[in-house]
Amino acid sequence: MDFQLSDDQRALRSGMRDLLGAVFDRDRLRAAVERGGALDRSLWRELGAAGFFALRLPEEAGGVGLGLPEAVLLFEEAGRALLPGPLVATHLAAGLVKGAAEGEEVVTAVAGDLAVAHLAEADAVLVVGAEPPAGEATGAESLTGEALRAFVAAARPVRSMDPLTPLHSARAVAERAPAATERTPAHAGRFRFEAALLTAAEQLGSAARTTEAAVQHAGSREQFGSPVGAFQAVKHLCADMLARTEPARAAVYAAAVTGDPVEIAAAKLLADEAAVRNARDCLQIHGGMGFTWEADVHLHLKRAWLRAASWLTGAGTEELLAADLGAAGRLPRSSAAPGRPVREAGGGG
Amino acid sequence: MDLAYTEAEEEFRRRLREWLAGVLPGLPPKPSPDDWPARRAYDTTWQRMLYDAGYAGLHWPVDAGGQGATPTQHLIFLEETERAGAPYVGANFVGLLHAGPTIAAEGTAGQRARWLPPVLRGDEIWCQGFSEPDAGSDLAALRTRAVRDGDDYVVTGQKIWTSHAEVADWCELLVRTDPDAPKHRGISWLAMPMDAPGITVRPLRTLAGSTEFAEVFLDEVRVPVRNRVGDENDGWRVTMVTLSFERGTAFVGEVVACRRTLDALADEARRNGRWDDPVLRRRLGRLNAGFRALWRLTQANVSESEHTGVVPGVGGSVFKLRYSGLRQELYEAAAEVLGGGDAFDLDREWVLDRLSSLSYTIAAGTSQIQRNIVAERILGLPKGR
Repeated sequence: MDFQLSDDQRALRSGMRDLLGAVFDRDRLRAAVERGGALDRSLWRELGAAGFFALRLPEEAGGVGLGLPEAVLLFEEAGRALLPGPLVATHLAAGLVKGAAEGEEVVTAVAGDLAVAHLAEADAVLVVGAEPPAGEATGAESLTGEALRAFVAAARPVRSMDPLTPLHSARAVAERAPAATERTPAHAGRFRFEAALLTAAEQLGSAARTTEAAVQHAGSREQFGSPVGAFQAVKHLCADMLARTEPARAAVYAAAVTGDPVEIAAAKLLADEAAVRNARDCLQIHGGMGFTWEADVHLHLKRAWLRAASWLTGAGTEELLAADLGAAGRLPRSSAAPGRPVREAGGGG
Repeated sequence: MDLAYTEAEEEFRRRLREWLAGVLPGLPPKPSPDDWPARRAYDTTWQRMLYDAGYAGLHWPVDAGGQGATPTQHLIFLEETERAGAPYVGANFVGLLHAGPTIAAEGTAGQRARWLPPVLRGDEIWCQGFSEPDAGSDLAALRTRAVRDGDDYVVTGQKIWTSHAEVADWCELLVRTDPDAPKHRGISWLAMPMDAPGITVRPLRTLAGSTEFAEVFLDEVRVPVRNRVGDENDGWRVTMVTLSFERGTAFVGEVVACRRTLDALADEARRNGRWDDPVLRRRLGRLNAGFRALWRLTQANVSESEHTGVVPGVGGSVFKLRYSGLRQELYEAAAEVLGGGDAFDLDREWVLDRLSSLSYTIAAGTSQIQRNIVAERILGLPKGR
């Protein structure tokens, strides 16, 4: 057992951090906020050129040929940097929608009654079927061209709370859509769980970033003649942030290695909690500044709320995790689990 | 990143499973929790069986009589013994996990030869004399005095929270040898024979009704100077060296046990109908996520220590903070699963566990102290108030 990042994985992660530092620094982040999250197509192509979307396509298909653990590391960095765009959907569309892998096309996704991100700018939208029983593979369709235009026309724009993510409400449309389009077969079960895992990775990156920001502020902001981080009431908030982040990290990385749906559900639940609560604590530690538009912390909180409401969410995730428990709780392993068919020792209760 | 075990590790697991399956049915019945001599006998018998089978001191260095196993092998050992329902380390805890490793790391050749083999064989039991009534979280404020008199220290003071004091042969004792030095620099580490004149042990009854630990009163107890491990006044460092012995494996058995309990709770809830309550189901689902993550964090910490050879920085305190709180939540959920009068029936295992779990956020460093450690030593926040 060697549950540590390999040298290549570390290099991949630091390469991604460097890339984002160069092409999406804070000035560009704030510029993206001011234009309401509208996508920068040249940045999208740069991500494509760097292999962000094609990462898991086989090399013979023009991809990078890496796996979920590597993808998780890239999405963690994207979450740290608050990189905007339908990153998860476009990554998952690589190989399904022409141009997605290269970053030439922007692909978003709609599932159930979730809000749709970046719909007006999207070149394609993946419609993922209604919540299937855990792990069951069902079809997902991709809409392009005329079908896409009809879909967009019928969707209702939302004045998005997250300034980095333009949103549409498309529930009624999504229910009608599949019948009206040509079908691109995909596996919604697999799609849904992988989307949840990559979203969890973004949450993890955000949770780690808000912890750093809180610690940085608590160590430099002085009141009563000392850094506020010297007060236990403040430092204990920071400690709890790390104590949420690190178990979530272990859960996300393990889920990436096993691909097990229950493990992905655990990862999503813990990463959601870490991202949302850490952003809340970070905001609190920033005091009045935390309530301003200028501080970045609200961007993390709003994104975290939005991601927590995406893919595996709340009650469904908890039910999935409950169903796994006990002698009766042995879910059949699904197509979402490319790992070993039985859980490894210690995974079972 | 890989969660698969190597062939050698799987072989180690197979051999261990076979051995456990062979010996566990022959164990005597578990003694009553209040019968200390019987508990000692039960625990030391188990230790002797481990010794004879080559599993004693698995994580101790070979030159200390241990097996020099890798952290991953130790993880597998703790996981498999817990899953098989083997006895817990029990009365051997301090000898195997603290006093022994301290002597292995800091003792002279003579001290190692005298004290280590009996620990591994289950011949001698150790207890820990660290905390005092006025030195709990602030352990370095301890006041038990040791005054040199010829070849002896004469020790006077009081220790508290000492587990197994009634049946221990030895006590690893922290004493103040220089009252004028800064508090961390005037402490020495002594091995005190528990049959020395002047020692009075008074059991403490816990809120769970049992006598898990004791107060130990020391009235001019003579401890030979040769029983000091490490230099005089260097006892604080000597003690801290040992804390790095567990290499991320400190809570392996407990996490496995919690996951077994969680499964049993689900089975019980399905049996008694409370599974129909979605709020309870979702609560158990959240606990599943939490304990799964702690298991993965344990594997990550063990892998890290295998790479670096040292205890993971993020590991210990972050882990304990989350684990202790989550285990308390587990037994809150258990009370809900039991429901009605069963939730208050002390003959139900989970009811007693619920009471015992109240100590987890206090013992071995309170959650508040753990948060200070995480904030100051890992996150680098200033020391403060």
